[in-house]
Amino acid sequence: MSDTTTEQTGASHASRRSFRERVAGLPKPVKIVAWVLLAVLLYLLPIINPPILTTPDIDFGGVLLTVTLYVLVALGLNIVVGYAGLLDLGYVGFYAVGAYGVAVLTSQQASWPFLLALPVAVLAALVSGVILGAPTLRVRGDYLAIVTLGFGEIIRLIAVNSESLGAASGIPGVGTPPSIELFDVPKLVWDGGVASVNVDDTSTFLLFSVVDLIPYYWLTLTVVFLVIWADIRIKASRVGRAWEACREDEDAAELMGVPTFKFKLLAFAMGAFIGGLSGALYAGKQGFISPNSFLLLFSILFIAAVVVGGQGNRWGVIVGAVLVAYLPERFREFTEWRVLVFGIALMLLASFRPQGLLPPRRTVRARKLEERLGALQEGGDRRA
Amino acid sequence: MLLTVEGLCVNYGRIEALRDISFEVPEGSVVTLVGANGAGKTTTLKTVSGLRGVRAGKVVFAGEDITHLPAHRRVERGVSQAPEGRGIFPGMTVRENLEMGAYVRKDRKTAAYREDTERVLTLFPRLQERIGQSAGTLSGGEQQMLAIGRGLMARPRLLLLDEPSMGLAPKLIQQIFSIVTEINQQGTTVLLVEQNAAQALKRADHAHIMETGEIVRSGTGAELAGDDAVKAAYLGGDI
Repeated sequence: MSDTTTEQTGASHASRRSFRERVAGLPKPVKIVAWVLLAVLLYLLPIINPPILTTPDIDFGGVLLTVTLYVLVALGLNIVVGYAGLLDLGYVGFYAVGAYGVAVLTSQQASWPFLLALPVAVLAALVSGVILGAPTLRVRGDYLAIVTLGFGEIIRLIAVNSESLGAASGIPGVGTPPSIELFDVPKLVWDGGVASVNVDDTSTFLLFSVVDLIPYYWLTLTVVFLVIWADIRIKASRVGRAWEACREDEDAAELMGVPTFKFKLLAFAMGAFIGGLSGALYAGKQGFISPNSFLLLFSILFIAAVVVGGQGNRWGVIVGAVLVAYLPERFREFTEWRVLVFGIALMLLASFRPQGLLPPRRTVRARKLEERLGALQEGGDRRA
Repeated sequence: MLLTVEGLCVNYGRIEALRDISFEVPEGSVVTLVGANGAGKTTTLKTVSGLRGVRAGKVVFAGEDITHLPAHRRVERGVSQAPEGRGIFPGMTVRENLEMGAYVRKDRKTAAYREDTERVLTLFPRLQERIGQSAGTLSGGEQQMLAIGRGLMARPRLLLLDEPSMGLAPKLIQQIFSIVTEINQQGTTVLLVEQNAAQALKRADHAHIMETGEIVRSGTGAELAGDDAVKAAYLGGDI
């Protein structure tokens, strides 16, 4: 009797993990090809204009760009909240620093080229992260949340009250990334499941302009891929493990010899860097920014993206960001219901799946170990 | 002297938690601090490991004044603590917890490191059985073993143990204490904080009794265990 029970649990266990295992078990070349195909598909998404996904009421390229900007923000915030366990409710502040940095440096007064302003703006965001983090990371938990909440608002209020930052009306004439016009890409139009090429509606590779946001989408998507790559590398390193220890028990981490303060500051700085990057790209796309683009609401939406997706898992927070940014655009006819639906969805999620849609899975090493142990046990059983 | 604590005063806000605490831990010994709840035992341990700052006094480890050194730097020098209660990383596996214990070590690819892992897993065979399990799913006793084992992974010169018997079944308490003795015999100096005075005094070379933030009596473990006043105050209700 007991034997059958074990077998059954074993079997259900296997089927539950089968997708992940199947993916993990694929040979490396297959994995690489799959990744490349996925990347190509993502790059081509606004060109293909898939019928169900596409947004009927609003430019699909623009929506995809917004979604990727959110993904970028969520990836950055995930380092702070998900990996290091620091609740940051003022993340929009870093986004604002990045955006204002680019805006100030590329608009009339300075007129720097975008590609020069971008690193400076992002660096400014990183520095602001360190400046905010150094005094505040000594407080923990709820206190940190309150302090960061204040920070986000302070940044916005500084912008509202500084003439040099355009005060409440913001900064117009933000520079765009340099364009290299190489070739035109015609988009597809769909008529009841049949696709045809529309030669009149094209996107120029790479012409950054207000009328066509697709090149911005390509640029941002590339940045997202780079950030994901860096994220994977860092998470798997000693730094990632130190963050995990800080998150689980800060005192214990300190007793293991982890300089917890340094690592928390590093998480903050990296988060600020990525948030600033997203803000800078946003400013470049928007052409004009005002303090209204950096309301507290956005900090909340960013946190929502991370929590909905599953904090601590990069793929989870990407899913979360896509949902939070895409759904309201796709179903614009329900726009007035948006906040209500969002609130209900969050409540349902909190009660039925508090860890998020895709919670972090155990680290690769631990899983391998388990597999090895499992194999050992099987071997033992067979011998017995 | 491996550890010298001199005139230690610690405040929590305006409340004095420790008043003028002085004691020594000779290399190779087991020293215990016993006393009731709230006597300041854990606070003393935290000032030695560096989790808590001091108002006055000195902590000298192996001839170096470490009073103002942050906790993570003390680990590098050979002070390792198994924190009170559930001080393990619940989301990490047992093996990952042990690896965290060796965080400061630069030799994690060498045979010496593997030997130390072996040594810990020999001391605690239960950890070997649960090696791939997340630490949060372990029983209280197993978590305590993990906390001690993790502390040993740093290869400390001084191991600080905070109430290793807390919340454990009597049989398990015996086992934990004999392991403490074994660890000491293998060459690690131990500073042990305990409420279970009978066991602690039996195992200790030197013992100090704490009461409301002060050391009220000191002596060898055997001396204090035989002392009538101590018996009356701390060993009376002990089985």
